[in-house]
Amino acid sequence: MATITVTVNGKSYTSDVEPRTLLVHYLREHLNLTGTHIGCDTSQCGACVVLVDGVSVKSCTMLAVQADGSNVLTIEGLAQNGRLHPLQEGFWERHGLQCGYCTPGMIMAAYDLLQQNPNPTDEEVRHGLEGNLCRCTGYHNIVRAVQYAAAKMRGEEVTA
Amino acid sequence: MTAETMPTRLVGQAIKRREDPQLITGQGRFLDDIKLPGMTHACVLRSPYAHAKIKSIDTSKAKAHPGVIAVFTGEDMLDLNPLPCAWQAGRVKNNVNTPRVLAVGEVHFAGDAVALVIAEDRYTARDACDLIDVEYEPLPVVVDAKKATEPGAPQLHDNAPNNIVMEWEAGDKAKADAAIAAAEVVVHEQIINQRLIPTPMETRGAIARYEPATGEFTLWTTSQAPHVMRLLLTAFVFGIPETKLRVISPNVGGGFGQKIFCYNDMAFTMWAARKIGRPVKFVEDRSENYKYSTHGRDHITDVEIAGNRDGTITGLRVTTYANLGAYLSTIAPGIPTTLYGRIITGAYRIPAAHVKVYGVYTNTAMVDAYRGAGRPEASYLIERMVDRFAAEIGMDPAEVRRKNFIPPDAFPYDNGLGLLPYDSGNYEAALDKALEIVGYADFRRQQEEARKQGKYLGLGLSSYVEICGVAPSKWIGLPGEGWGAGLWESANVRVHLTGKVVVTTGSLPHGQGVETTFAQIVADELGVPYDDVVIEHSDTAGTPFGYGTYGSRSLAVGGTAVYRSVAKIKEKAKKIAAHMLEANPDDMVYEHGRVYVKGSPDRAKTLAEIALQASVAYDLPEGMEPFLDETSYYDPPNCTFPFGTHIAIVEVDPDTGIVDLKRYVAVDDCGNVINPLVVDGQIHGGIAQGVAQALYERAVYDENGQLISGTLMDYAVPAAHMLPPFETARTVTPSPVNPMGVKGAGEAGTIASAQAVMNAVIDALSPFGVKHMQMPATPENVWKAIRSAQATS
Repeated sequence: MATITVTVNGKSYTSDVEPRTLLVHYLREHLNLTGTHIGCDTSQCGACVVLVDGVSVKSCTMLAVQADGSNVLTIEGLAQNGRLHPLQEGFWERHGLQCGYCTPGMIMAAYDLLQQNPNPTDEEVRHGLEGNLCRCTGYHNIVRAVQYAAAKMRGEEVTA
Repeated sequence: MTAETMPTRLVGQAIKRREDPQLITGQGRFLDDIKLPGMTHACVLRSPYAHAKIKSIDTSKAKAHPGVIAVFTGEDMLDLNPLPCAWQAGRVKNNVNTPRVLAVGEVHFAGDAVALVIAEDRYTARDACDLIDVEYEPLPVVVDAKKATEPGAPQLHDNAPNNIVMEWEAGDKAKADAAIAAAEVVVHEQIINQRLIPTPMETRGAIARYEPATGEFTLWTTSQAPHVMRLLLTAFVFGIPETKLRVISPNVGGGFGQKIFCYNDMAFTMWAARKIGRPVKFVEDRSENYKYSTHGRDHITDVEIAGNRDGTITGLRVTTYANLGAYLSTIAPGIPTTLYGRIITGAYRIPAAHVKVYGVYTNTAMVDAYRGAGRPEASYLIERMVDRFAAEIGMDPAEVRRKNFIPPDAFPYDNGLGLLPYDSGNYEAALDKALEIVGYADFRRQQEEARKQGKYLGLGLSSYVEICGVAPSKWIGLPGEGWGAGLWESANVRVHLTGKVVVTTGSLPHGQGVETTFAQIVADELGVPYDDVVIEHSDTAGTPFGYGTYGSRSLAVGGTAVYRSVAKIKEKAKKIAAHMLEANPDDMVYEHGRVYVKGSPDRAKTLAEIALQASVAYDLPEGMEPFLDETSYYDPPNCTFPFGTHIAIVEVDPDTGIVDLKRYVAVDDCGNVINPLVVDGQIHGGIAQGVAQALYERAVYDENGQLISGTLMDYAVPAAHMLPPFETARTVTPSPVNPMGVKGAGEAGTIASAQAVMNAVIDALSPFGVKHMQMPATPENVWKAIRSAQATS
């Protein structure tokens, strides 16, 4: 067992974990933050994307012990004071989700994308999300959802 | 009520989904999110061989591993029956072989379940699986459906000589033979519809809990059809009363058919939970999902299309080998028969057609319905062959389609293949609209121009028709099509004392937006606020029996059941209002949530007032029961037949073989539309899966039956940068089958799209002499197709 201290969504947790515990299992099973999902076992699907110290990470590809001392943001921590993040709003407004299973990872990956590129072209959005798979939407409305959020985050008027 | 205060109709509006707030904030509750007190974790040891005798299994080391609660093998579970096959279509005779919950004596595909470990946590369960020693005696393997039927092929099951499940036919063979013999032009092709893996982003799984005091099980499972699972598991697998099992589908992370079926994990979690006295959870990892859960398609077809040089198609003859895998999955035989063979002539009036289908066992994962289920295979076949025929006679493929379409005045149309008549359609209108959007004439000029500059553009048409809302029960149920039950759907509508409306449905939404669209319908029909309507589903406790969500049936069948329950509520409300207003019930008008005597709209009772009266019930018409509560079991008189035209435009680089899908235009007609946002979303996702088949995806087994494309590293589910934006439009031809005039949209995109892309690729490659190539059009396959065409020309 190893002892780790991780800040998740602004709250500090100290836990004993098996050294082989994946970060995603730590979040889901130790902290009961089940918004982060698992869709594969080869780091292809991106359903498990969270931010570790501000950078998007596939949490199935990182051990919990590697996150010791880090600051983790998950989908549960994105809305502030009951107000949806523009990305969450965009996915809702633009029908960017159907079954919703890929959505948390997709939103967290898009969060990182917009941090790096606040004004992406559609093509850049598509390439920026190439590590995340969605089987329902064909990505058409995910691109629109991310563009909705991008415009809103740039302070532009967005129509619902 | 004045025009200004009249409530706006919600049906037809792009209302954003009420399902979304929990899903975008991480508050969804999917199977693996559920934790029960005392819950244990199961891991399955799977066969590495595609065909082998199990000589011995030694579980002693696994049992001794710390944290392991129990280890079971197939011999321990002989009290369980094999899983049932519910759709024995195509005269399946005495050769049904379905999987046991764990294999006994022999395994028939790589991934077959051999042993089960139950442990305190999932890591330990997996560790212990590695400690089980199994001695196998490998047997010969066959993975190809056609080869499996040839003399000398390895045999999977003693009761199925030559591995044949069934031989099924539709149409008139003598007529088709004669038409082909007499035709001016006959084009023959072998067309392979490759095996695909459905790949819902959430894998499958089950959690079972057993209450010894009552003998009751609760099963949470990733199912598109919980009531059907309850029936199959109790009546067929366990032999216990149906009332001893409650099945709950939590949020389901996509299904695409794969989650319709009865799987062994549902049974072994129940069995083990009872045995060890603690809840048991099993969740597949992705490679298990790929190895064990059902696949789709996998047809090898020889087809001949016949016609005259004026463009008239006169005959079609089809022989298909449908690979059904090692055992029969729940509805496997129905897919390449009823849902494929009966619509093989597509949108065309072809006077002579015959189709023969062999269902075949092979040493591969089971094959069953995958989005579209038979209809994409049929549509791909006919649309590819119409293009082949057009190319052969040198006629524009749009013209050939136009010339052979079933005309709008021919509906209801009997295609002669044993299907119920097509309900309604205007195929040319959808084609024209798609051609206009894409700028067809201009494109042909650009294409000509581009070729001169060594650039290869192609345009592909797909004018599809499909079958939704499969019913009625008297047709699909025994003794007709072999489906062992009806396919009606249920809905209960209750107006509570406070005027709030609770709807329970047998449909099982998992991304289709049914909570939103059904609420739109109810709000409009009852004239109540949308937010006052709640849609409950997915739990066998508290919902009426229903068949679930698949086959694009939720709206046309389940939605109509809701509509009819609402109509019954309105009738009862009118009687109560008449009583309250001391009027004749026949004179009452129900409008916008109010009931009044014809001509006196100012003296009205609101639905809330009537619901209160019905609930407190001290003053109701003589003999009337309290409460506004009505249930409908809706069995449609026919299927519905959505249609449309999709067009793909590609550019192919002949040096690298890379296909660039430049534009994708979809004109779909799914009848009346309840929520265009949701319909567009369904179409987009459907297109993506068909484009994926055309360009990227293929499940590959090697000759030893090993699934080579066994992970998402090897199986090419497209990411965002691999797909274009989609241009969608609609025509609206209401269905006469149901009162809302709706048809269904869940599978249309997939049914239409693969052939649009392939027709475009082959159009682009026509200057090289390429007439056909098999999917997927990967760079390697395109490159080879060009080389081989050049070599033979």
